[in-house]
Amino acid sequence: NGKIEWAMWANEQALAAGLILLTGGIVGVAGQFRDREFAAYSIAAGVFVCLLEYPRGKRNKGTSVERTGQYCFTVCVKSFGPLTRNYYVRAFLHAAICVPGGFILAAVLGCVCLGIASLIYLAAAIRGEQWEPILPWKESARKPVGESIKLPPQNPPPRPPAEMRRKRAEDLEAAAYVNPIAVTANDD
Amino acid sequence: MGNFAANEGLSVFVILVWLGINAYLFVQFYMNFLTERWFYTRVLLGDALSWARAPAACLNFNCMLILLPVCRNLLSFLRGSIQCCSRTAARQLDRNITFHKLVAYMIAFHTAVHIIAHLFNFEWFMGAQLYRNSSSLPFVLSQIGTGDNASYLNPIRTDQTNPTIVMFTTIAGLTGVVITLALILIITSSMEVIRRSYFEVFWYTHHLFIIFFIGLVFHGFGRIVRGQTATSLLENKPSQCKDQFESWGMNGTFCPKPEFAGNPPMTWKWVVGPMILYVCERLVRFYRSQQKVVITKVVMHPSKTLELQMKRKGFSMEVGQYVFMQCPCVSQLEWHPFTLTSAPEEDHFSVHIRIVGDWTQGLYEACGGDKNETQEAWKLPKYVLECRANIFYDPVPLTILRMAIDGPFGTASEDVFGYEVVMLVGAGIGVTPFASVLKSVWYKHIQENQNVFTKKIYFYWLCPETQAFEWFADLLQSLEGQMTEKGMVDFLSYNIYLTRWKETEAAHFRVHHEAENDPITGLKQKTLYGKPNWDNEFTTIGTKHPEKKVGVFLCGPTQLADVLEKQCLSHSEAGVKFIFNKENF
Repeated sequence: NGKIEWAMWANEQALAAGLILLTGGIVGVAGQFRDREFAAYSIAAGVFVCLLEYPRGKRNKGTSVERTGQYCFTVCVKSFGPLTRNYYVRAFLHAAICVPGGFILAAVLGCVCLGIASLIYLAAAIRGEQWEPILPWKESARKPVGESIKLPPQNPPPRPPAEMRRKRAEDLEAAAYVNPIAVTANDD
Repeated sequence: MGNFAANEGLSVFVILVWLGINAYLFVQFYMNFLTERWFYTRVLLGDALSWARAPAACLNFNCMLILLPVCRNLLSFLRGSIQCCSRTAARQLDRNITFHKLVAYMIAFHTAVHIIAHLFNFEWFMGAQLYRNSSSLPFVLSQIGTGDNASYLNPIRTDQTNPTIVMFTTIAGLTGVVITLALILIITSSMEVIRRSYFEVFWYTHHLFIIFFIGLVFHGFGRIVRGQTATSLLENKPSQCKDQFESWGMNGTFCPKPEFAGNPPMTWKWVVGPMILYVCERLVRFYRSQQKVVITKVVMHPSKTLELQMKRKGFSMEVGQYVFMQCPCVSQLEWHPFTLTSAPEEDHFSVHIRIVGDWTQGLYEACGGDKNETQEAWKLPKYVLECRANIFYDPVPLTILRMAIDGPFGTASEDVFGYEVVMLVGAGIGVTPFASVLKSVWYKHIQENQNVFTKKIYFYWLCPETQAFEWFADLLQSLEGQMTEKGMVDFLSYNIYLTRWKETEAAHFRVHHEAENDPITGLKQKTLYGKPNWDNEFTTIGTKHPEKKVGVFLCGPTQLADVLEKQCLSHSEAGVKFIFNKENF
């Protein structure tokens, strides 16, 4: 059921903040504003936040939806281990990153947005949430086989549609399975 | 093709008109600030002035529009009036949320342009104050009005400040930041991932729109965008006086100092109408929520589905419609939409609710969630008594769970009954409106005074897993039984496709595949695995019903819509015609 995982929203908010920091920084640098070193910082901060926040974490319950092409980012972020898994770290990191953004107008909006994302991450951390990577599905550990399955199945699952299921005498090669007993033409 | 034009044409037209108005406003207001009155302002700001004012005009327009699509009661009223003229036009009003989102994206876009332009404006206003050289026109312009603080041009009045401070100390700046933050929070919490999984977060955060609109109205009160006054223009014409700025106002010159004033705030004129309409909308919803709704039956289906059968005085519905439900016991503020699963011919209306979020879980518990049988409403557990109201409802007084219903909404899907042969395709939860359709067709048949045009229904249900089957399987089973009794076994032909399965289930199927009833659903016709072979299906149906019009109705994902539409086109040759109806659900 859908108990709120705050980290999902914090992630959207932080990603938006990263984009806003980036945009503000680009405007400051391209427009040759005064104090454009802060604008340059804003670009760097924006890029960093976007890279960190782009890969969505795995949800505790329910299906996790990946962002397009996020796999390589997932691997990168995962490699930092507890630093990226723990949301207290993220909350603190975002709070720290956003501060220099308050010094120029072009980065103020990004700064406040990131500050809000930091607060939401804090809420997530207090509730015990963590960032888990979404990795390609692997075979889960096999559960012990139940007693009822003693013989190997006659046909492989899943079953193809009925008209293809029977092996036809005139076209043995096209059949979906192999029978230990030879097939003869039957009465359909 | 005709269908496409009919269905899509009006939507495309509306979108084009809307985009056209946006473009027109943008260009018009861009050019409004290229006039003489703004000459000196542009000395300081250049084109950034126009780049800020043009999106501002578009923002006024779009903020006016954004409240309208969510006034569902108003729209329902409009739709009712239009429906007699044109069902297609009426159906456009169902795309309200889509339009609301489009307008929201446009607001976000114009906000971005507006803010970026203002970043330049602030920077250059500041620069004009910092470069303190009386041979610089920007500086001279910035010094105007220092005495009276009324006729100034540059809203940054001193060089002892910086743009950030100015922003937080002007009405325009402060409201701007607040409403932009509100907008960003609304957008991030409205992303599909958040909206579908945590509706409560989405719904509550969305109410920041109240702050947005209040801030928006006050945003222009500081009159920070200043142009030359009309009287000043008569005495100091920029084209003549601009080069004599070092001697403005001195004895013996023709050019006095120019004077400036800000435009009066305009935004309220755009948004006050929709704001009033929206307040009315909420009042209507409140009024409707006070009308007594009785839950006559509660059924817990094993597949985490809750069925509620209800009655309300004067309630009337048509197939395929939906209602919004509120349960004060669970939450005072939240209204959630649910498709009606009952037929209009029944004496009650019903919904089937899947338990997926906080609100549905709360509703489940309020209805006595631990039991899994049918409950008469008065047997509901004592611990939720505080949510109860006692009412007298014919013929017995009942203790009921208070519930409020808004609706029904949605265009009736009566088109289904206009076809002799019908293909209904429902994917997953998309089968819900078909419950209403199937029941209604059946009722129409057994009320023998009605001549039912529809003679044959082909029903396809695509489902990823078996668990959600139960209640719908019950319906199909009961219909199957009734049809057998009436000797109408051929009326309904259905196919259930499991598009995903688990290994343990596959083992079970293998053992039982010869049983006459399907092991999963107990239905006589077998559950099939994988996706349907649409080519085969369409060919078979086409062969069985030559010279007929077959209506194809879908409630499911757009990819499936594309597939079906193609199939309809390719199989509509001489004789049988497949007509794809995408818009009913």
